[in-house]
Amino acid sequence: MPEDFAPGPAPTRFGSNSGQPMTRRDGVAKVTGAAAFAADARPEGLLHAVVATSTVARGRVGVLDVAAALAHPGVLDVMTPTNRPALAADPDDKPHRFSFRFEALQDDRVRYAGQPIALVTAETPEAAAEGARLLAPRYEAEAPRLGFEGGVAYAPETVGIGSPPQFSRGDVEAGLATAARRIEAHYETPAQYHNAMEPHAVVAQWDGDRLILDLPHQAPVLGRAMFAAFFGAPPENVLIRTPFIGGGFGSKALVTGAHVLAVLAARKLGRPVKLALRRDQMFGPVGHRGATRQTLRLGIDAQGRLTALEHRSDGMTSSFDEFVEPAANASKNLYAAPAIAVSHGGVRADIGTPMAMRAPGEASGSAALECAVDEAALAAGLDPLAFRLLNYAETDPASGLPFSSKALRACYADGAGRFGWAGRPLEPRRMRDAQGRLLGWGIGTAQFPATMFAAQARATIRADGGAALEIAGVDMGQGAWTALAQIAADGVGLDAGRIELRSGSSDLPDGGIAGGSGHTATAGSALHAAGGDALAKLFEIAAADPASPLFGADNAGFVARDGRLRRRDDDSRSESYGEILARAGLSEVVGSGAASRPPSVAEACAMFAHGAVFAEVAVDPDLCQIRVTRMVGAFAAGRIVNPLLARSQLEGGMIWGLSFALHEEAEHDRVSGRVINADLAGYHVPSHADIPALDVLLVDEADAQVNPLGVKGVGELGITGAAGAIANAIWHATGVRARRFPIRIEALMG
Amino acid sequence: MTDMFPQQIDVALSVNGEAVEARVPAGRHLIDFLRLDLGLTGAHAGCEHGVCGACTVRVDGRSVRGCLMLAAQAHGAEVWTVEGLSETGEIADLQEAFVARNALQCGFCTPGMLVAAQELVASAPAPTREQIRERLSGNYCRCTGYEAIIDAVEAVAQARAGGAAR
Ligand code: FES
Ligand code: FES
Repeated sequence: MPEDFAPGPAPTRFGSNSGQPMTRRDGVAKVTGAAAFAADARPEGLLHAVVATSTVARGRVGVLDVAAALAHPGVLDVMTPTNRPALAADPDDKPHRFSFRFEALQDDRVRYAGQPIALVTAETPEAAAEGARLLAPRYEAEAPRLGFEGGVAYAPETVGIGSPPQFSRGDVEAGLATAARRIEAHYETPAQYHNAMEPHAVVAQWDGDRLILDLPHQAPVLGRAMFAAFFGAPPENVLIRTPFIGGGFGSKALVTGAHVLAVLAARKLGRPVKLALRRDQMFGPVGHRGATRQTLRLGIDAQGRLTALEHRSDGMTSSFDEFVEPAANASKNLYAAPAIAVSHGGVRADIGTPMAMRAPGEASGSAALECAVDEAALAAGLDPLAFRLLNYAETDPASGLPFSSKALRACYADGAGRFGWAGRPLEPRRMRDAQGRLLGWGIGTAQFPATMFAAQARATIRADGGAALEIAGVDMGQGAWTALAQIAADGVGLDAGRIELRSGSSDLPDGGIAGGSGHTATAGSALHAAGGDALAKLFEIAAADPASPLFGADNAGFVARDGRLRRRDDDSRSESYGEILARAGLSEVVGSGAASRPPSVAEACAMFAHGAVFAEVAVDPDLCQIRVTRMVGAFAAGRIVNPLLARSQLEGGMIWGLSFALHEEAEHDRVSGRVINADLAGYHVPSHADIPALDVLLVDEADAQVNPLGVKGVGELGITGAAGAIANAIWHATGVRARRFPIRIEALMG
Repeated sequence: MTDMFPQQIDVALSVNGEAVEARVPAGRHLIDFLRLDLGLTGAHAGCEHGVCGACTVRVDGRSVRGCLMLAAQAHGAEVWTVEGLSETGEIADLQEAFVARNALQCGFCTPGMLVAAQELVASAPAPTREQIRERLSGNYCRCTGYEAIIDAVEAVAQARAGGAAR
């Protein structure tokens, strides 16, 4: 690791904090219960709101028994479309690509089951819940359009958030025509719901025309602007406090109707209002991973080299807005096919609008792609790892550009070594465990883009030699508060213990969105730059001061370490931050920093994190019960800021992959359109007993291009590859190729 | 307030070693009573139907789902929450191990997980990893720190067993 990470006006040491497996700075607060989540706020005079949600998927709300609800002791207000106070913006507008339509009682239409249809506010949560029940809504229901068969197919203009729906390079039809073998396979992935352990909650209070929100939010400054728009307030009058988020996974990056209604109730009643969604409502207006149907066509030559790769994905979206899972994009950048075509279609149905959920597109697309690649390896008569190595992409297949870095070979080798892949029989049903269960081994390649957004930060070096670093960053569990502090401390040349990191509040410099695995890189770069700016100002003061050992060192430059500026060419000539400020009669020096990826970098190389996931499953030959017995993942994601935290992110991702493969599916009732397993008993998120021994290997990877920190991001990488690895292991155990996720016992019954 | 709610119940119980008397709505769950009336917000409500374990607290020596028990049912009971167990130091080694192994991410599940883990370690000296998995399966972690949680609990169980053997 270089002592000075980059040339520039304020080169600083990068490494005394970053790279260390520091324990999380919020650890003690979280293990003692002191960490305050939004729903923990209890301001004086707090009222409680419950949102009533629709039980039909399409139609109108006919009758609500508002009188009965209001008559219930403790109920103070029932908000419906007829009395809902005006908003300054229309929830059905889409002013920019990050805005999605939502329901805040703008009319009596029902567009999906679980949509808000009224808000009941009361003195106690029990009274509010009872009031909501007493509304006993009656509907003018229409037959809902559901599923791929019942929905309306259309051609989306964009997929995900603003991505083009189609891409091609080379001639896929020609590649398929000349192939020695062709594989065509269809895969289905279900609707999944984020289900963070913390249900969405808000505590809203008005202080005059100032709005204060305790609200878990993955993009506090963006969220502030959205709330400001709906309430006709200047953004600085809105404060979102989001110090801790009890899991987000993409579901807490927006404004929802329930939030907006709670804010309206707080203003109307002149008291703070708390609203927390019930678990069944977490299957409602909070987004989800949309279902897909995918078709892959692969051509291979006689040696097993890909001649063409085509990936088509049709994704469900709502009747009134658009988020089509960009699943087929998973095939653009991974395997070296000379011809690649990806395309997407959309299907509109009477469901809530899907949204980004941990590895949106990549998770669903990777599951299908990794299975199809395994099917191609089988057709080629090759070991699945050998097939992947044969088709290893040295340059980005989509653009032809070099990768900024790609240690995937090392991931394959390290992972295979740790797993003991060598000697795996090619044929299925060849291995048994001591209990006679069929054993199978599978592999999947992990890949996730190294995203960067835009962020700003501020650094204040104080007379006591310490520093305050400020950014509206977000810790939703990934450990941003810790990792960002490590980077920030390096940026100001201090130990992490000497800095104060202020984060998690919308009145701080915009840290961007915590999503897309880009938060550490983006917010970290801004913090690092802010520190560098403050140091440069400090150095300017010292270099101009004849009393300083650094006087006249302008041309020599400096390094910052342990709270001292040192002449770059003479380490013995140094001065502490405090001394420099004291002599200048200053109490502090303030620097600012910004980060985003310059277009020139984006145009010069392709930037992805990679990994290889290996899984072993055991399948009961009679009952077909599937157990994952062990998993190994080896990942290369640039510089790892904190291996302890990164490992947890990757383990978590692999477990999400397992869950994708075997557990999660939201099932809609064909008649009502309701999610019929809208609880944690029926919707299977994994428990301890479902999870085998996991082994995560961090593979070294230096990347000078992805950003000055060399950081790629690990939040979503682990889920990619993992689902495919398990599906492939199930095939290897049983000889049955399951192509519908989640893979259940019935798929294996002959 | 009293007039407004005819269905109020008086309860007297001990919470984290302190006597508490309160008048609560009859339908108030223990978890809401602890969080709302007493400000003990360490345990959380994750599902409110007994599945996730985020609301786990100790009642009369056993871990209990705070969302499945009414406050009124806790009349006369001895209740301990993560706050109290932190203060007495009873779970200090578990807390330390959780932090050291990063067995928590968002931390929403953590207080409940710790109460359940303490019950396990106290009742089953030197449990195997399989036994830990089995016993903690009523506590979900969506983030999900399962591997790290098992590591942390196993380490504490072994340390305690070792300490006892000496
Ligand atoms: S909130 Fe009690 S078990 Fe989930
Ligand atoms: S740490 Fe987030 S749910 Fe367990």
